[in-house]
Amino acid sequence: MALSEQNAVSVLDAAAVGEAAPARREVIYRHTLPVRVTHWINVLCLTLLLMSGLKLFNVHPALYWGNYGYSGVPAFLSIDGMLDPETAEPVGVTRIGGYSFDTTGILGVTYDSGGRAMRGAFPAWATLGADLALARDWHFLMAWAFVFNGAVYLLFGLFTGHFRRDLAPAADQLRPRHILSDIWNHVRLRRPHGEAAKRYNVLQKFTYLAVIFVLLPTMVLSGLTMSPAVTAVAPFLFDLFGGRQSARTIHFLAANLLAIFVLVHVVEVMLSGVVNLMRSMVTGRYTIKPERTS
Amino acid sequence: MSHIVTRRGLIAAGAATVGSTLLAGCDRLYEGLPTRPLLDFGQWMSLRAHRLLLAAQPLVREYTLADISPDFPPNGTEMPDGLGYFELMSSQFAAFRLTVDGLVRKELSLSLDEIKQLPARTQITQHSCDEGWSAIGQWTGVPLGHLLGMAELKPEARYIVFHCLDEMTSGEFYYESIDLFDAFHPQTILAYGMNGKGLPVGHGAPLRLRVERQIGYKNAKYITRIEAVDRLNRLGRGKGGFWEDRGYQWYAGL
Repeated sequence: MALSEQNAVSVLDAAAVGEAAPARREVIYRHTLPVRVTHWINVLCLTLLLMSGLKLFNVHPALYWGNYGYSGVPAFLSIDGMLDPETAEPVGVTRIGGYSFDTTGILGVTYDSGGRAMRGAFPAWATLGADLALARDWHFLMAWAFVFNGAVYLLFGLFTGHFRRDLAPAADQLRPRHILSDIWNHVRLRRPHGEAAKRYNVLQKFTYLAVIFVLLPTMVLSGLTMSPAVTAVAPFLFDLFGGRQSARTIHFLAANLLAIFVLVHVVEVMLSGVVNLMRSMVTGRYTIKPERTS
Repeated sequence: MSHIVTRRGLIAAGAATVGSTLLAGCDRLYEGLPTRPLLDFGQWMSLRAHRLLLAAQPLVREYTLADISPDFPPNGTEMPDGLGYFELMSSQFAAFRLTVDGLVRKELSLSLDEIKQLPARTQITQHSCDEGWSAIGQWTGVPLGHLLGMAELKPEARYIVFHCLDEMTSGEFYYESIDLFDAFHPQTILAYGMNGKGLPVGHGAPLRLRVERQIGYKNAKYITRIEAVDRLNRLGRGKGGFWEDRGYQWYAGL
């Protein structure tokens, strides 16, 4: 294991120089309780929001631009299940702009465990809510939970300095050289050690800031734009997104970006030490690997 | 309600290709859990929050003639079954009477011509279906608040129920209900005109509800009777509407 090897090397180095082992593994308190609690509530909210959202999409699997949009209006994106006119086999067809893609098995038509074809834009296993009524109930309940949880997190972040201390890039991190070196390290999957591991690198900081302050608010606001009651009191939402159908499209695209973020986030955790990172998000304690001494 | 059209279409298509289990896989995970109270709490939160936001009774955005969508898919029933409706339709609704009764001091029975003599409001608004699509149309009709003023609501009246001519399942006619907060909103109208013409059969002729701050299925079509009540649990299966009786939200402002 790289970890024990490194320790061995560092201890040897330290012994060779005759110092009091400065390269010992250090445990820091990385995540405060509110960050950890809101993180895991957020995991639950976003999972159920995504699944019920996919069900809502399945009920009318087409996206439009502007104020109106319905079957017959050219769709910006659509996912259909149909029978191939020649072979009479079920096919899933995804259309984006003017292009059509055969997505049988993934989108439009999927197969259950018994190998039977099922029609539906997104496969049933990925959705939540047996019908539209229940999917709406789940989506709106979890939206409330998400908003309250998010508000707690934002208040906490503002008043305890979490944003300033942990997420705002430090002056030295904003130097072009530093940014380039962070990107280069990232491309080579080099993980930071020692002092550098005590803070997020600049790519992490930019990504988290974009998700927290751009992507998630976009999700909330574009979702609210679909409510005829909310837009009665806040008609500017129509102008912000370019209409109810544009808002629905943006809601869908932003959800996709969010799903990609979560995917990358999880992969990064896998690559950077699942046990250490999971422990830090559960107990708050995070082990810093010693500085490379070579 | 295009629920019917779309869902039936989906199920038929599904069954044809498939032989389908339409049960979503993950719904089994929480089948045994008492989630209903939690979901009801979510509904209650939305209603309370919206009532707070809408306390000043703002109007929904109104559009111009140029914004009207080229088409407007009819929600749900496109033509009620039965000889009764067919005869009404054939005579251009000459024999149609709208009844207003229940918890009112003066019961009303009005012909379509009499309704058209009442003060009218014309509005171009966006129709939002819970399935996700929307269309824009122009509606002309009498503000519901005006009719209720004529009928003089009794103080115990809390909800307005709309009884409709379209029979959904054997013996069950479409019905809907709203409370007085929405009933007296200036844009809540009983429409008899659409896009400058008479209300088409597909859109609920001779009279339909426009309750602009709520989505598709609340906008009942083919209305024949308006009843003021103090509670909803004596009607249908007790949830305040045909779709509400089948699990849909009574408050549908979102």
